[in-house]
Amino acid sequence: MDVKVNIRRYDPDAGAPASFWQEFSLAVPETATVLDALIQIREEMDGTLSLRCSCRSAICGSCAMRVNGHAVLACKTRASESLNSEGVVTVEPAGNMPVVKDLVVDFDTFWDKIRAVEPYLQPQGPEPEGEYIASNESMLHLSSVTACIMCGACVSDCTVLEVDPTFLGPAALAKAYRFTADPRDGDAAGVSQRRLEQLSLPSGMWDCTRCNECVQVCPKGVAPMDRIMALREQAISLGLGDNNGARHAEAFTESVAHSGRLDELRLPVKTVGMFNLPALFSFLPVGLRAMTHGKLPPLVHKSVENVQSVRRLFSKVSQPPK
Amino acid sequence: MLEHDVLVIGAGLAGMRAAIAAQAGGANTAIISKVHPVRSHSNAAQGGINAALTDRGDDWEEHAYDTIKGSDFLGDQDAIEIMCQAAGDSLIDLEHMGVTFNRDDEGKLGTRAFGGQRRARTFFVGDFTGQAMLHVMFEQLVKSGIRSYEEWFVTSLIQDGEQVAGVLALEIRTGQLHAIRAKTVIFCTGGCGRLFEPSTNALIVTGDGMGLAYNAGARLMDMEMVQYHPTTLAGSGVLISEAARGEGAFLRDRNGDRFMEKYAPNMMELASRDVVSRAEQTEIDAGNGVDGCLFLDCTHLGEALILEKLSQIREIGIDLAGADMIKEPIPIRPGMHYIMGGIKTDIDGLTNVPGIYAAGECANVSVHGGNRLGANSLLDTIVFGERSGNHAASASRDMDFIEFNEDEAVRKEEARIQAMLDRPDNGDRWGSIRQALGDTMNKNIAVYRNQAGMEETLRLIPELKARYAQVPVHNKGRVFNTDLVFALELGYMLDCGEAIAVSALERKESRGAQARTDFPTRDDENWLKHITVTRGEEGPELGYLPVTITKWTPEERKY
Ligand SMILES: Cc1cc2nc3c(=O)[nH]c(=O)nc-3n(C[C@H](O)[C@H](O)[C@H](O)COP(=O)(O)OP(=O)(O)OC[C@H]3O[C@@H](n4cnc5c(N)ncnc54)[C@H](O)[C@@H]3O)c2cc1C
Ligand code: FES
Repeated sequence: MDVKVNIRRYDPDAGAPASFWQEFSLAVPETATVLDALIQIREEMDGTLSLRCSCRSAICGSCAMRVNGHAVLACKTRASESLNSEGVVTVEPAGNMPVVKDLVVDFDTFWDKIRAVEPYLQPQGPEPEGEYIASNESMLHLSSVTACIMCGACVSDCTVLEVDPTFLGPAALAKAYRFTADPRDGDAAGVSQRRLEQLSLPSGMWDCTRCNECVQVCPKGVAPMDRIMALREQAISLGLGDNNGARHAEAFTESVAHSGRLDELRLPVKTVGMFNLPALFSFLPVGLRAMTHGKLPPLVHKSVENVQSVRRLFSKVSQPPK
Repeated sequence: MLEHDVLVIGAGLAGMRAAIAAQAGGANTAIISKVHPVRSHSNAAQGGINAALTDRGDDWEEHAYDTIKGSDFLGDQDAIEIMCQAAGDSLIDLEHMGVTFNRDDEGKLGTRAFGGQRRARTFFVGDFTGQAMLHVMFEQLVKSGIRSYEEWFVTSLIQDGEQVAGVLALEIRTGQLHAIRAKTVIFCTGGCGRLFEPSTNALIVTGDGMGLAYNAGARLMDMEMVQYHPTTLAGSGVLISEAARGEGAFLRDRNGDRFMEKYAPNMMELASRDVVSRAEQTEIDAGNGVDGCLFLDCTHLGEALILEKLSQIREIGIDLAGADMIKEPIPIRPGMHYIMGGIKTDIDGLTNVPGIYAAGECANVSVHGGNRLGANSLLDTIVFGERSGNHAASASRDMDFIEFNEDEAVRKEEARIQAMLDRPDNGDRWGSIRQALGDTMNKNIAVYRNQAGMEETLRLIPELKARYAQVPVHNKGRVFNTDLVFALELGYMLDCGEAIAVSALERKESRGAQARTDFPTRDDENWLKHITVTRGEEGPELGYLPVTITKWTPEERKY
């Protein structure tokens, strides 16, 4: 099978430190992955191409990069399924991390954020002599999160990190959840409380905008955003609701439960707090711009027509599961 | 200068376990790895880790006997006793650190069956046990605050006479060379699988530590014992874990028959690996396969079990061979997987070179002998990683740093590397040398071997070494020059390949993974001994060491 691989390259040694595109044409086996093609280029055509790779089986997390604009593991992506109508596949380094050379990016801040969540089990009380007794379900649940291989695909394509590099990000937050959900980690009043308080600070769990990108690109089915939502539930149930994020979530629910739709005028007010004047004033420019563009929400908030059925839905989901 | 009492080279399971133990033992410890620790090859382990837990009615002596029988009586029984006795505590330690092992109905650790063992004693996390363990060990490394040099490639050792004084390492990201002074170094650099093509091993598994230690005067032992795993995927050669057979999968030939009946009527698919791989090769050679492959049939296990316990290997089958094991048998064949041989150590990880320790797959305390049982390798890394870390920490307390001239050491190594970069382009490529090495190893140091084939390999390797001495490095840059790293690795690979081939040719019998068509039987009288290789003036020199037998006398091996 003939393929053309168009690679965004960058070589800081080469004097002109700007990235450039280079296309390679080669023949690969039908079953070849994008990684196989890159290795073939490196071994047979151009030894100067740098990339990280090791296991070839989606377990070491080395080969996350953007293929046709989205983060993937190159070793888990078939070349034949990635070609456009001209037979070209486009390969770029992962996003949201500085490029070191070609397809190699700098993971330093990635690991700093992992370290920031105290990523190790902190049991309280005396250790049992044998293993901790825990249900298989609880372990299977955790294993679906510990299946994270730290490849950085989610971080690469996170839309919040694109605008706010201080955001802890999907990988670190999923890692944090792996501990807050572990029955062996400290009890709710101790370690878990402290963990969740930390994670509720600005740049933490409440900064996720739920764009779902991380769930889409995660090659291991870890679904980081869902873990972030679970963290939020844990935080609220421990009474850690005194922050914009939690208030936003509550106001959102309240509004929809009441009227069947979002009251967009009142939501920001409830989020930052009625008496938080500086924050409220900061909304003015947005409000004015919305007004001049005809996008201001109606001043009188009306319920949807069949609001009863929305309310029934709410009461149904808020009943404890049987 | 950078300076540590204990410097651990390699951050897989063995390395991180060793570093954590050394640090806990009060030593100023650091760990150095050519990839980030969680990228280490330990993450590829799928099936599980063995331990005989007494509260489950198991007995470490049974585990020891299964291991010894699996080793075809070449394993050293003192080391095997230590490993099997320590297994229970090591496993519980791992659980306490946070490994999310699957549970049984009572919430206790659950087990699965594995090959060559009469009892289910393999503990597991789905089918990604190694990854789960490696990430937890990394968590513990973070917690310990141990200095970690990540993406630093060790290029050579510094010695004063024999005694180790430190290492030289290339910081891959900047291309800068550094000298690190150390009282003791522990090699935990993993195996050398990539010198076979294909192999289940990751691309970074290139025998660096074995090559470095060999060049520093250490003995390699049992290098001929190369394990071919019975179920590697057609095409890519990626592993399909023994866990599949442990959960009940069958092996079938082209007619759908379970051929293992002929070879191991009792244990069937769960006989030890050398036995199953030989059976497969015999069937393939007899024309009972399809395109050089047989079939692993999981279809009767049911979707639910596969999704709970074998989901990752199912994905591998779909991604790399386009076959879904829930719906159809998948094509497999024996493939190079593990090396039982390695740097010879004592039960505390110490080698014959003062200051040098080794643990994990690069080492050979001799717990695997002629054939490793599945799920004994992770155990080996944890038990002997910890022991060598402990020993190195206490030994370094009574040792002084050895002085050497840092600038001169760095300058000399820089000159060596610069000379590689300066080689003119003669049209050759390291990729093609590696391929030629991989092909000859796979052809001649295979499931079945014979004199003519091994001699062919031994004639070829010096030719490849001569090409290697001239091969150009195309990337002349400093930053993340992987071209240079691969070129350096190839040197270690060639040394390991030679050591393997000379040892295999020397052993004139069939035992464990060494199955010779020209010497088809085991010969305890002449060959119940280890073969060692050391570096001599004119190439590899052979030697012998006795096998330690405590209480299990060698007997005929049937499954
Ligand atoms: C696919 C597969 C599945 C397996 N499944 C199982 C299983 O289910 N159960 C089991 O018990 N065993 C299994 N094994 C075997 C087991 O995984 C390995 O033997 C074991 O993990 C090796 O661990 P290690 O710590 O010795 O080395 P590795 O994990 O390979 O680590 C080696 C380290 O050395 C570093 N290194 C190497 N060279 C250099 C250098 N020059 N400079 C700096 N650093 C260097 C690397 O960066 C790495 O950190 C499996 C093996 C494979 C291939
Ligand atoms: S090479 Fe390991 S994840 Fe792709």
